[in-house]
Amino acid sequence: MSVGDPEIVVSAAAAGPGTVGAPSEEIAAAKIQGRSPWRLAFERLRSDRAAVICAIVILLIVLMAIFAPLFKMMTGHPPNQQYFDTGLTLDGQPKAPDGTFWLGSDDVGRDVLVRIAYGARVSLIVGVVATFLTVTIGTIVGLAAGYFGKMVDTILARIIDVMLSIPFLLFAISLASIFHAGLKVVIFVLAIFSWSSVARIVRGQVLSIREREYVEAARAIGSGSWRIMIIDILPNVIAPIIVYTTLLIPVSIVGEATLSFLGVGIQPPTADWGQMIADAQGNYHAWWFLVFPSLALLVTTLAFNIFGDGVRDAFDPRSDRMFN
Amino acid sequence: MLRFLVRRFFLGLLVLFLVSLAVFFMFFKLNASGPTAVASRLCGKQCSTQQINAVKERLHLNDPFLKQYYYFLFGYPGKDVKSGPPRNKGILHGDLGYSYVNEQSVNGLLKDAFPITLSLAVGSAVLWLAMGLLSGILSAIRPRSMLDRTFTFMALLFYSMPTFVLGLLLLLFLFYELSIHGISFFPAQGYVPITQNPWEWARHLLLPWFTLAAVTAAAYTRLTRGSMLDVLGEDYIRTARAKGLSERRVVFRHGLRAALTPIVTQFGIDVGTLLGGAIITERVFGLPGLGFQAVQAITANDLPIIIGVVVIATTAIVIANLLVDIFYAVLDPRVRLN
Repeated sequence: MSVGDPEIVVSAAAAGPGTVGAPSEEIAAAKIQGRSPWRLAFERLRSDRAAVICAIVILLIVLMAIFAPLFKMMTGHPPNQQYFDTGLTLDGQPKAPDGTFWLGSDDVGRDVLVRIAYGARVSLIVGVVATFLTVTIGTIVGLAAGYFGKMVDTILARIIDVMLSIPFLLFAISLASIFHAGLKVVIFVLAIFSWSSVARIVRGQVLSIREREYVEAARAIGSGSWRIMIIDILPNVIAPIIVYTTLLIPVSIVGEATLSFLGVGIQPPTADWGQMIADAQGNYHAWWFLVFPSLALLVTTLAFNIFGDGVRDAFDPRSDRMFN
Repeated sequence: MLRFLVRRFFLGLLVLFLVSLAVFFMFFKLNASGPTAVASRLCGKQCSTQQINAVKERLHLNDPFLKQYYYFLFGYPGKDVKSGPPRNKGILHGDLGYSYVNEQSVNGLLKDAFPITLSLAVGSAVLWLAMGLLSGILSAIRPRSMLDRTFTFMALLFYSMPTFVLGLLLLLFLFYELSIHGISFFPAQGYVPITQNPWEWARHLLLPWFTLAAVTAAAYTRLTRGSMLDVLGEDYIRTARAKGLSERRVVFRHGLRAALTPIVTQFGIDVGTLLGGAIITERVFGLPGLGFQAVQAITANDLPIIIGVVVIATTAIVIANLLVDIFYAVLDPRVRLN
């Protein structure tokens, strides 16, 4: 099935050994140092202002998640504590932002700011772990399919096709509700349904790399399949994998928030952005209750997307950028 | 071509078979307490184990998993039991059976829900194509201009925006804030059939359309821009300009046509997944479409409805993928199917 994914097109050659620069020429040897493709990519990324700013934003969000207890200390409000007296207005409505509740309170009198800080933990953990799992499964399957070819490839490619034809959200909701949702289940569900697109990309790259001379050379000196796959092929598909990984993190974060929003993700009372937004539904008079968690989620995905785009550009400057 | 179509047809059937089998597996094997949960819910709080078992027996829920799948395909054997639910003739006879919870016909329920999801899908698809193509073309004509930068930023913003966040923010600002200031144009919830009142139908769908369109259009803006930029740099575009064609003709007749292939591919995929993906939008705006029914059925363990929606959603994806491949071959003679 030629289901195209035009957003992710990264040439494997960008980080290939063929491009390793300047094997000391006689004249320039002393002055010009060979720069590895990794170094080149890093330098390109560093000069990309938008990407650097987003990296800082991501760092701040990570710090917010790590130091969430600090918010608890500063405000004196634990994330799940319901303040029926101070946190709600006299008629039992959420309280607008003020000196004690900096970003207001929610419908049961909990501190929105503190819950946003704690919610960042869930989002980041799921975003990173689910993505890592997805990429690992996808890479293994893609490597195997592309390298072994023949029957293995036919079977794995069909499995990938089937996985890509599954109505993802319907299945994710079903699975999450069967397993009595929680952090582990959400991560598992997201990984199970996303590895196929990684596998497809890796398979495509491996198919072309398999025919290169250095793979043939490795085979000629007697390397086994595993050695060839891991030592000779994997390093050459790692660039697109890294790019895909950075762009997959925001997708995983949104996936987690969506499941929690639908009530089959992280269960209350654990603070979670998707769940906070779901609770805010209908409480439109208390705008802060909806707007602040939404902003937290949006800023996070935005930062990861711009950063990911910068990473793509750094690894393969010829590719079309999604955003610029 | 024919061989390809036949092969793809059978592959599609295989996908449907595996996906539906997976749903049954999830319901009867992974979720071993699911059938009991349905039965005890129907039976009421005070039910004894025997009573619950009787309900399970009546709904054929005690039968093993593969037998359940057989029922799904071919219907229940034997005659109607008087006390039991209406007889399911099986999906191979076009009968999806009856809801466990309220014994409504799933066919009827989906027939009611389908137009809602279709209205949502078609309207937002038109809107996102228009938004994506227009902004993409305008960006490509003047790359790096102010307009291009603005569109890029908008695309980036909406691309990063989760559907439910956009939907709820729209409700907050366009429904709630406007309403309390005396302008109640946008309704918060509900659906009016187009046959009943086309104007009300559109009014109720405006916000859902925009929500779904905006989050999807972003990718199209970038795709169109990139593809158009590539094409406009080709030699034959220079030739077209050189022979004195108007810029409009060059851009639309010569440029856009060639740039359309990747966009159509993406469109096919998106429309295919849309029937299943409208879940969030339907939830936020209270539209009782397929996705809405599916989520309700999932929380109630109402398998016949779940499997019904899954079959429809998977069929849509399979057909869309097939159409994309055919379109590819028709548009680009270099592509050989097989």
